[in-house]
Order: sequence, then C-alpha cells, then structure tokens
Amino acid sequence: MAVVIIDGRELILPEGRRLNGIEAARLVGIEIPHYCWHPGLSVVGSCRMCLVEVGMRDAKTGRITMQPKLVPACNTPAVDGTVFVTTSEKVRQARARVEEGLLLRHPIDCPICDKAGECLLQDYHFLHGQPQRRADLRPYTSRRRDIGDVTLFVDRCIMCSRCVRFTREISGSSELMVVGRGAQEEIDVFPGRPLHNNLSGNVVDLCPVGALADKDFLYRQRVWFMRCHRAICTRCAVGCSIWIDENQDRIYRLRPRPNPFVNKWWICNEGRYGYHYVHDRRRLVRPMRREGQSLHELDWGLLPDELCQRLRTAAPLAAVISPFVSVEEAYLLCKLIRSLDAQAVLACGPIPLVGQDQNFPGGFVVLAEKCPNRRGVEAVLAHFAGKVVSFDELLQQLADGLARGVWVAGGYPMPWIDHQQAQRFAGLELLIVQDLFPSPLSDLASYILPAAAFAEREGSYVNRNDWLQTSAWAIRPPSGVRPEGQLYWQMLGMPGLFNPRSVLDDIARQIMFFSAATCEIPETGLDLRVNLLAEGQADKERSHDV
Amino acid sequence: MTVYIAAIPARRRERCLLRASGEGIARRFRSAALSGLPTMPYQNVLLANVGKPNSHTLAAYLASGGYSTLRKVLKEKSPQEVVEIVRASNLRGRGGAGFPTGLKWSFLPDKHPGPIYFCVNADESEPGTFVNRVQMEHDPHQVLEGTIISCYATGASRAYIYIRYEYPLCWKRMQAAIDEARAAGYLGRNILGSGFSLEVYLHRGAGAYICGEETGLIESIEGRRAWPRIKPPFPAVEGLFRKPTVVNNVETVACVKHILERGVAWFKSIGTPADPNDPRDPGSYGPKLFGISGHVNRPGCYEAPLGISCRELIERFAGGVWKGRKLKAVVPGGLSTGVITAEEIDTPMDFSGPLRVGCLGLGTGCLIVLDETYSMVDFLYNSCRFFAHESCGQCTPCREGTHWALQMLRRIKAGRGRIKDLDLLLEIGDTIGILPGTTICGLADGAAWPIKTAIRKFRQEFEDYIKHTNVAGWMETQPVPALEQSAVAH
Ligand SMILES: Cc1cc2nc3c(=O)[nH]c(=O)nc-3n(C[C@H](O)[C@H](O)[C@H](O)COP(=O)(O)O)c2cc1C
Ligand code: SF4
Ligand code: SF4
Repeated sequence: MAVVIIDGRELILPEGRRLNGIEAARLVGIEIPHYCWHPGLSVVGSCRMCLVEVGMRDAKTGRITMQPKLVPACNTPAVDGTVFVTTSEKVRQARARVEEGLLLRHPIDCPICDKAGECLLQDYHFLHGQPQRRADLRPYTSRRRDIGDVTLFVDRCIMCSRCVRFTREISGSSELMVVGRGAQEEIDVFPGRPLHNNLSGNVVDLCPVGALADKDFLYRQRVWFMRCHRAICTRCAVGCSIWIDENQDRIYRLRPRPNPFVNKWWICNEGRYGYHYVHDRRRLVRPMRREGQSLHELDWGLLPDELCQRLRTAAPLAAVISPFVSVEEAYLLCKLIRSLDAQAVLACGPIPLVGQDQNFPGGFVVLAEKCPNRRGVEAVLAHFAGKVVSFDELLQQLADGLARGVWVAGGYPMPWIDHQQAQRFAGLELLIVQDLFPSPLSDLASYILPAAAFAEREGSYVNRNDWLQTSAWAIRPPSGVRPEGQLYWQMLGMPGLFNPRSVLDDIARQIMFFSAATCEIPETGLDLRVNLLAEGQADKERSHDV
Repeated sequence: MTVYIAAIPARRRERCLLRASGEGIARRFRSAALSGLPTMPYQNVLLANVGKPNSHTLAAYLASGGYSTLRKVLKEKSPQEVVEIVRASNLRGRGGAGFPTGLKWSFLPDKHPGPIYFCVNADESEPGTFVNRVQMEHDPHQVLEGTIISCYATGASRAYIYIRYEYPLCWKRMQAAIDEARAAGYLGRNILGSGFSLEVYLHRGAGAYICGEETGLIESIEGRRAWPRIKPPFPAVEGLFRKPTVVNNVETVACVKHILERGVAWFKSIGTPADPNDPRDPGSYGPKLFGISGHVNRPGCYEAPLGISCRELIERFAGGVWKGRKLKAVVPGGLSTGVITAEEIDTPMDFSGPLRVGCLGLGTGCLIVLDETYSMVDFLYNSCRFFAHESCGQCTPCREGTHWALQMLRRIKAGRGRIKDLDLLLEIGDTIGILPGTTICGLADGAAWPIKTAIRKFRQEFEDYIKHTNVAGWMETQPVPALEQSAVAH
C-alpha cells in the first residue's frame, strides 16, 4: 500500500500499482495539464506543461521535504510518501510560461482549424495561460503539407513528438521524424516514404493541436456541432471500442475509445474509415415483396403478421444469421424461427476472411476475420440447435431440399454472396432476405427487408476473445428502415419497443456461455470467460490476447 | 561552430573571436611553453608530452613511460581498488558539470551481467573550448590509456570515443593510436594477459553542440537524433543501448591515468582543498587545462593547478590584454558559464570560484577575454544566436526561450530596443534551465547564464545602447511590431 499526497489530499494506492503523477492526480480529480505524455507511449518529458512541485514525506517523522526545483509529473512515480503540489504560484507561473512559449510562433488560425474546440492548446490557454501577449514575434503562416495518409499543418505543431513516437513504438513503421533544430524544427517524412500504414489515423487523435488533420474529416464539420456516442467497431473480430461522432444522423468520424482490455487507445484505418457505407445511396431502404417479376413496397405496420403467416406455411424452415448481427437479434430470430418450426435449421452466415492477421509492434492486432460477432452468433446457434451449421453445410442441405422457407439475416457491409451460391436458394417457397445492399440473393427473395447498419442499432457483440461489449445506437436509420431487433420483437408478439437489455438478461439466464452478462455491462465490456476461469477451464482455451 | 580564426581577415577577427573553436590558438601552446615565462613551481603533467616531436605516436609515448601505468594497474589492482582510488582522489569531471567521477562510477549496478559501456566525451563544442583537442592531437595515447584504465575500473567491455566532426586531425590521430595500441596488445582480447578485454570505437559527430550532453551523446551513438533523455533513469542505470553507461570527458580520463600513476596524495596536493565547513564540498583537486582565447597577447592552451586566479591566467600565461587595452569582461569557463567583470578577475578558477561571482561554475575552464572596445550587446547577441541555433528544440522553454531572446536582441541591435526588453530577457534567463527545473538538459542553463550575467553586470551599457539607438521608443512598454522577415533571416 502506498500513500500519495496530492494538493493535501491523500490517495491510497494498492501494492504494485505503478502510476505517475498525472495518473495519480487524476484519481483524486485533479487534472495536471500535459502535451507530450500519453499513457500508450514512452515518456519524454519535453513539453514541460506538467511541471509540479514534488516532495517526500518521511515515513517516521511525517516531515515533508520539498525538492527545490520543478519536476515533470509524467516522469515522477507516485511511490509511498510522495507529495505533489499542483496549485502553487511557482507551478502556475511555469504553466503560463510554457503556454506563452507555445503561442509565440503559433499561427493561431483557430477559425479554420479542425481541432478548434477540442484542442489542448486552446483549453490550456484559457485555463493556464496569461491574457496578454508580450512577444514581438511575427507568427509564421499556416503552411500545409501532404505527408501521406494525413495532412500536416506545419506551423501549428507544438513539437510534442507524440506522432513520431507512435510511428516508432506502436505502428513500427517509423515514417514520421523531426527535421531541423530549435525553433526551425518541423515534423516531416523521409523523401519518398509517406506516412502510410493501417494505424496512421491514430496520429490525428494523438496530436494535441490541429497540426495533423484527417483527410477524411478535414473541413467537414466543427467539433462542437457533433455528438459522441459509445459504440463498437464492427469491421473485424477484435471489436475495438469507438466513439461515433455524428451530427443530425450523419456520421463524420469514428475515434478510438480507450479500452485497456480490447484496443488500448487505438483503432485501425479500416475501422476508422469503414463507416462510409452507412450513408451509401445504394442501401436498401424499403421493405418489398416480389410479385411475379415486380417488387411491391410494403407497409411496416402489417408486415410482421404477414411474415409470420407466410413462414408458418413454408415449413420446414431454415435461418441464416450473419456474424454482423448482434447477440440479442440472433437470439430473437432463432427463438422466432424455432417457435414456428421446432426443427428449423439454424446456420451461421459466411465468415468474411480478408488477407492475414496484422500484428503491430505495439501489440495492436487487426484480424483477417472481418466481422464483429462470430463467437456470439455461434454461441446462440449452439444453444438452440446443439451445433453450429456452417453456411457451406446449409448450402448442401438446401440442395438436398431440407428446407422450403429460409430467412437470411445479412447485414453485411460488403458483397458476401456470389451468383453460384445464391442459385442454391432458387426455387424455395419463401425466401426472406434482410440486408444492407442488394445482392444476387436479394434478386431471388420473396421479401426484401432493409437492415440497419452498425451505428443504427443497439446490441451486444462478442469478440474473438469472448469479450462481450454493448453498443448503443448513434444515428437513426434512414426512413423506411427498421432495426432487425424491433421487427423480431414485434413478430414474437412482445409489447412496446425492442429492449436489448431485457433480451440479454434472458440470454444470460438461458445460455451458459453468457452467464457472466447478468450484471451491468461495463463501458469497457466484460469477459465471458470469467465463470470458466473460476472453474479453471479457460486456460487451455485462451490461446491469445488482443 | 566551425569558424576558424586563421581563416578570417584580421579586421574581422576581433568580432569573431567568440565563435572561435581554437584553430590557430591551439597551435600556440608551444610558444607559451617556450616563451620564457617566469619559472613556475608547477610541472606540466597533462601536457608533459605535448610539443615533443611525434608526440602522437606510440613510440614517443612509450619512450616517456607510456602504458606502464596500465600494465601496473592490470597486474596489481582489482577494478574495485581503482574505483576506490579515484573516489579517494575527489577527481571531479572536467566536462563542465564537475561531478565527482568516483561517485559516478559507483552508481553502476553491482554484478551486472553486462555489457557495460564507457563513452569518452570528445565533442568539445562549448564556445571558447579547445583543450581536449590539444590532448587528442598531440597525446592521443594518454587519452587512450586513461580510457582503458577507466573501462577496467567500471567493467566496461566497449568504449566509444565521440569526437566532434570539426576535429579531423583528432579523429585521424586517435584512430591511428587505437590501431597501434591494438597491434601492441593494449587493446582487444585479454589485454596484457590480464583477462580483461576491451574494444574502443571512434564515433564521429555531425556538428551539433547538443551531442556533447551525455544522454544526447548516447542517443547520437545509437544512431538517433540527439534529443537528450529525461532523467531518471540515469545513464549509469540505463544508458547506451539501454545498458549501464558511464560518460566522461577526455581530460577526466587523462586525469584518471595520472592519479593511478602518481597516487592520490600527489593529486590532492594540487588545487583548492575542500571547504571544511561544507561536508558536501568535494574540493577542487588536481591539474587543469585552461584554454585562453579572445583579446590576449598569447592565446593558447595552458596547464595549471585548479584554483589559480583568473588574473594570473590572463596576465602571466596569456600575456595580458592585447594592444595595451584594458580588460572589460571574461567568460570564465566556456560561454555557458556567463561573464565576469574586470573587477572580479581575482576569482580563483576552481569549481566554486566562478559560482561566487554569479556564474554557472567552472564549466570547461576555458576563458574568453574581452577588451574594453567590445560591445556587450554584440557579445550577448552572439551568445543568444549560438544557443538558439544549437537548442535541440525538445523542451518548450528552451526552444521558445532561446528563440525569443535572439529575436529581442536582433531588434535591439536593429535600433528598435526597449528598456522593457531587458526585463523580459532576464525573465527568460531566470526561468529556463535544469536549475529551475524547466528543461531536460543543461543547454538552457548555458543559454541563460550569459543573458543573466551580461545584463545584470553591464545593465548600464545595455540601457545606454537602447536609449541611443532608439530615441523615440526606448520607454515603450507595450509589445512592438516584429522585425521584417528579411531582417530576421539567419
Ligand atoms: C549542452 C551541453 C553540452 C555539453 N557538451 C560537452 C562537451 O562537448 N564535452 C564534454 O566533455 N562534456 C559536455 N557536456 C557535459 C556532459 O553532459 C557530461 O556532464 C560530461 O561529459 C561528463 O563528463 P565528466 O564527468 O568527465 O565531466 C555538455 C553538457 C551540456 C548540457
Ligand atoms: S504534429 Fe501534433 S502530435 Fe506530432 S509533434 Fe506536432 S503537435 Fe505533436
Ligand atoms: S534543454 Fe534545450 S537542448 Fe536540452 S533537451 Fe531541452 S530543448 Fe534540448
């Protein structure tokens, strides 16, 4: 146990908890301003914004001896007896001087800077800076330079070197470097080696000022107009925690949401820029019924009853549930189909695999399995059917004529089925296809139902390490689209609105695999293996960590 | 800084002296030795071989008893005993900070599986400093012998000698010395049958002052940008290639050799004894090389005991101020230490003397002498230009402070100064550096001390200059427009 004193407040840290001054102060609600320190990167202690006064309390006499000089809190471990003073006049002045220094040559072009509103330089200036400029320096112009995946506004940079350390330590690609010396220093890339890697977008989030700008986001939205929503990235089986930043039902960017158990502080570019399909014009946005050669638009009000009726007459039934569907939706659909045909075949949709797993030196992984919920869907299927029928097996069974009515819950953001596979579904009595985009399969469907995209629905996903996370909806679906969960909910005859929490409670009670999910799900998610761990079974199953 | 005095026309020479790195001056050590100075009781030790013919060769070095100390140490003393002897001698680092060398060595972890690295700091870029150069050009084997003994003591298996780019002859001669020593069995595996092995490598800098800072030097050897590392961890725990490392100056390792040759008592008989009232004062013992440049009759590199007065160095060794002029100011130990006035030159040149007259310390012990005609505004301008140019740009206070100070001095020199600027300059000087705790390394302190001492000690001159050149605006207190970009060009 270690007792640390921060501005007179005592903080008790458990044995073995290694924190620096900034982290310890945060625990008692004191924010020590800092630029260059980042929990995920090495400590350089160069911005000097986190200077504090530090002392030591003698364990026996209780006397406190302070160090005469200021020290950076980021490089000061909070060990037993450490005393931090963050509000003294000396500290206040040091912060004001650093702010003054950083603003000497800064272009102060906040009105046209994307970072304005979430810029540390702005925030700290209001909190710690001095009101008047004393310098006689001519600020440089705001030079813009293309350095690859992102854009660099050279003169806005405050030389915290976070971006350089990121490319060295986390992505391991080392594209960024510092050129020049002293006040002539700039961030740059080596000639002919632009910043280009699958994690490059993170440097934009890391940059405390507007020096590094996302080409995808540049000049598209002011940050104060956007609302942030907690969500889960659905582009690979890691399931990174993200923020969705949205304004009036349009997504403008995705950002990593720190989660020590899944993605630390980062996300990959595939996930970051992989949201554009949500606003794609080719999306299916109306429920439709095929009558002969033509399609008829339908009304959602009558649809649940009509579908139930048709399904009842089309037994034997089968359902295909894609790994993009949430746990709750998969559960409701299985329950629905099994209530109509107790022997219905329940199959998992095809698992998209693209390339190889990418491992980065900083420990970050991007998986080849490009779907968020294979583990969750399989667990639900196994509960209902005893075993998981793969998509290929289902195709075989269709060829053998084992089903007459099939419900396909797709929701794939990418093309997922080719003509040949789709032809196996030809000639069914009833084919209901619920998907985001038209596909060879929807061309054959008796009913085409529009699906909701990841940002438009609520639900839980289980990543490949059996880590369960819940995602809230961030935007409303396009008019005419109703989230899958709501439809299943109504078809099962349940009253009111789809409530994923109550469904998850059900699941946790019914399915052993989900038994840990009875409690409140933390923002960082929950390990479904805890119960197994308790029984000592998980060790052999847990092959790798994210 | 690579402006060679010899290459500058005589009329411009005076103005460029601050930028001297010793070419031309260093060559004069001989004339000093031969010029019939009054006989001194002091016998040169560090410079004993300098001036002899072919002093840089192994043959000449062996003829003067070279490598016998190494032989004796390897045979008779354990590494711990060597550390003990160095510690008992109170030898303090000659690189600038004056940290006790024995103490530094004792910070190395016990029983480390290795490797341990030893770095010899021959980056000597402090303006006005050129003593290591004389040692390496004229007595490279002495440096090498000291290095080998120091490595033996610290258990280092590899040594890097980091030589600044502007010293090509040093590089050539050190390399030749290493080759000769290896061929003669003083380097390599199992040195002189003792079981101790050592490889010595030369590493050539690329012209940055900051590479002399010990962690900057380490980063540079690792092949990276010389951005000094934050401490802790100190190099003794985690240094070069993240292994325990010792960094010592060239002159320090040469002293190590002489301490082992002549004993602790000899070493402690020279210099200023420790202050008995201050238990933490290690004293200033031993011989020291003093480089003297600037407006003197005989600039050069001289050896004298620590504690010799600044006046004696200028008047007896360097032959006094040139052209019969009066002394105005002296930089006591490399530009970083600040200036002392003509009234203060009775200061003893030991580790605490310059401190007592408001300077950073002894620094490198290299004096720059300014005569009465030299403007302190020019002095400070040159100084600020140097440090703004050499700041590695990592710490905000140093990067922005040195730049801002330079811009202010540019404006003052352009006739647009305000009295207020002096206060701002002093504020910068008082708040940047490791002493107030606002930077990672000591370069900022080095930038601050000339500002603080020059303005505090010569304030009247600065005020007169500003009032005369800016009759209309000297009393302005509001920020004034910056100089045009063209006037700001480097
Ligand atoms: C900016 C800066 C430049 C330095 N340059 C040198 C140098 O050129 N040569 C040197 O020996 N020490 C230099 N030092 C001092 C070294 O950091 C270090 O203290 C010294 O090499 C230790 O050796 P010593 O203990 O033998 O003095 C410099 C320090 C600073 C802060
Ligand atoms: S570009 Fe941004 S992250 Fe990189 S050093 Fe500059 S301020 Fe820091
Ligand atoms: S004090 Fe100056 S030179 Fe030293 S590390 Fe900081 S910025 Fe670099």
